[in-house]
Amino acid sequence: MNRKHAWILFLIPSLLGVTVFCLLPFLDVVRRSFLTAVTGEWNGVENYLTVFQNQAFQLAVKNTVRFTLVCLPLLIGTGLFLAVQISKFCQGQWLKSLFLFPMAVPAATVVLVWKMIFSEGGFLNGALSMFHLLPEGGGIDYMGTGAAFWVLVFSYLWKNLGYTVVLWLAGILAVPQEMLEAARLDGASERQCFWKILFPNLKGMLYTITVLSFLNSFKVFREAYLVAGSYPHESMYLLQHLFNNWFVNLDLDKMAAAAVCIGGVLLAVILLLGKFWDPDPGQ
Amino acid sequence: MAVWKRIRRAALFVFLTALGIFFCTPVLFLLTGSVTSRYELNQYLAPLSDAAKGFVYWKWMPDYPTFSHYENVLLFTPQFYVVFWNSVKITALILAGQLLAAVPAAWAFAVYPFPCRRLLFTVYLVLMLMPFQVTMLSSYLVLNGLHLMNTHGAVILPAVFSTFPVFLIYRSFCGIPKELLEAARVDGAGEWQIFRRVGIPLASGGILSSAVLGFLECWNLIEQPLAFLKDQSLWPLSLYLPEISLDQAGYAFVASVITLIPALFVFLLGRDYLERGIAASALKE
Repeated sequence: MNRKHAWILFLIPSLLGVTVFCLLPFLDVVRRSFLTAVTGEWNGVENYLTVFQNQAFQLAVKNTVRFTLVCLPLLIGTGLFLAVQISKFCQGQWLKSLFLFPMAVPAATVVLVWKMIFSEGGFLNGALSMFHLLPEGGGIDYMGTGAAFWVLVFSYLWKNLGYTVVLWLAGILAVPQEMLEAARLDGASERQCFWKILFPNLKGMLYTITVLSFLNSFKVFREAYLVAGSYPHESMYLLQHLFNNWFVNLDLDKMAAAAVCIGGVLLAVILLLGKFWDPDPGQ
Repeated sequence: MAVWKRIRRAALFVFLTALGIFFCTPVLFLLTGSVTSRYELNQYLAPLSDAAKGFVYWKWMPDYPTFSHYENVLLFTPQFYVVFWNSVKITALILAGQLLAAVPAAWAFAVYPFPCRRLLFTVYLVLMLMPFQVTMLSSYLVLNGLHLMNTHGAVILPAVFSTFPVFLIYRSFCGIPKELLEAARVDGAGEWQIFRRVGIPLASGGILSSAVLGFLECWNLIEQPLAFLKDQSLWPLSLYLPEISLDQAGYAFVASVITLIPALFVFLLGRDYLERGIAASALKE
């Protein structure tokens, strides 16, 4: 194998697959987003307008944005707090594993447990009634009311806290220990050490964690769908539900337009965040 | 002062451990539920079907522990084997395919300065970050064109060309010193030999990391089979489990535990690789 052209042979299987299964069909999706679904005639931006005016789409976008805005700061903050605490112990390895464990638990297996906890006669209401905190007229079914949103937030945190902690810890361990020790010798308090030394060094990691947590937030659909089905309470009707329902109804024109929009928005967010963190893209 | 500090430290440790154990409780429910007798389960879980009043009740040590649910599932439910086998087949083929496609591609990105390398890598990175919903329709168009809808191929093929493993393995190939490769070339090794004899052994950690992460992902696949598989007989465990109704609680618990076991096994054995893999997914150094 010639050195100059060896890369072609190494790259070709993957590149071919990616082109056939992702890139080319996505171009087709872009094309379709401007055509009518049935006849395939030129339709201009009509599909996009339909999608934007669709009430289900508005609701789903609203919920998804709300979910992201609630979950990301909560996850990133809690993860950082736990990571800083865990980094103080030499048994951190075990603690880390305990938090990472939910990542290995398939969503399907916890559905039963979630039902046991969050139903009307579930553990949560049982515990509340034990402490006489249950509102008059009995408890609520958490999956069937606005509280469903918070159940989803909880299950997202449960699943994703582990890898957030692992990423933060990796960042913390990369900060040179001498720097911290020198600061302590100079009389810096724990808080100063954190904000002035540790935190500035974790910026790169913050970017990674933000992007990965954001993308993993799309996977809460698994728990949401398995517990509550295709049409859950409207407080947790997410974009993922909408796409799934459009797909079942074969609303391909709407799907095409929405996929292009959301893909575009995600791309912009990822690139913008990247630019914001690192003004020089050469590195 | 020193005493206070020590007490605070101990309290913090207890708190962290308790929180960590709390995170693992759902699994304890499944384990105890799977050995609780049918009669007891019906009694404890009655409040879930709102006929009875009161709240769910649980005993961490059941009064009459029994393996009868396991017996039922393993000996008298052939259907379960079909679903289990579907899961094993889908996961194994995806992992094998991912490694065959991703390892050489990662090598190409890490070692050779070819034209458009930067652009292509960015494309791979963006694809890795796109959620399933965005690529769902594109996958459907291809799968439909290839007449693969409602076959296992519909779930396996798009997943094989996921770009996440490429990115992860690329990271570990980048850690190999360039001088080492040059030395191998000077000694007369061909490009393929260098890849086989130097690259793969030195990056085996990264490859294993990507396999562990890939396994956990495939074993938990829901969106893809939900969209692309109509026949229930083709479904993997992850879709089948929630279909089991509550009056068969014992069956549901045992099926959940059996689904959990491979994941648990991979998690415990591959813990270090899993953590390394997660740490290596840092997008910026």
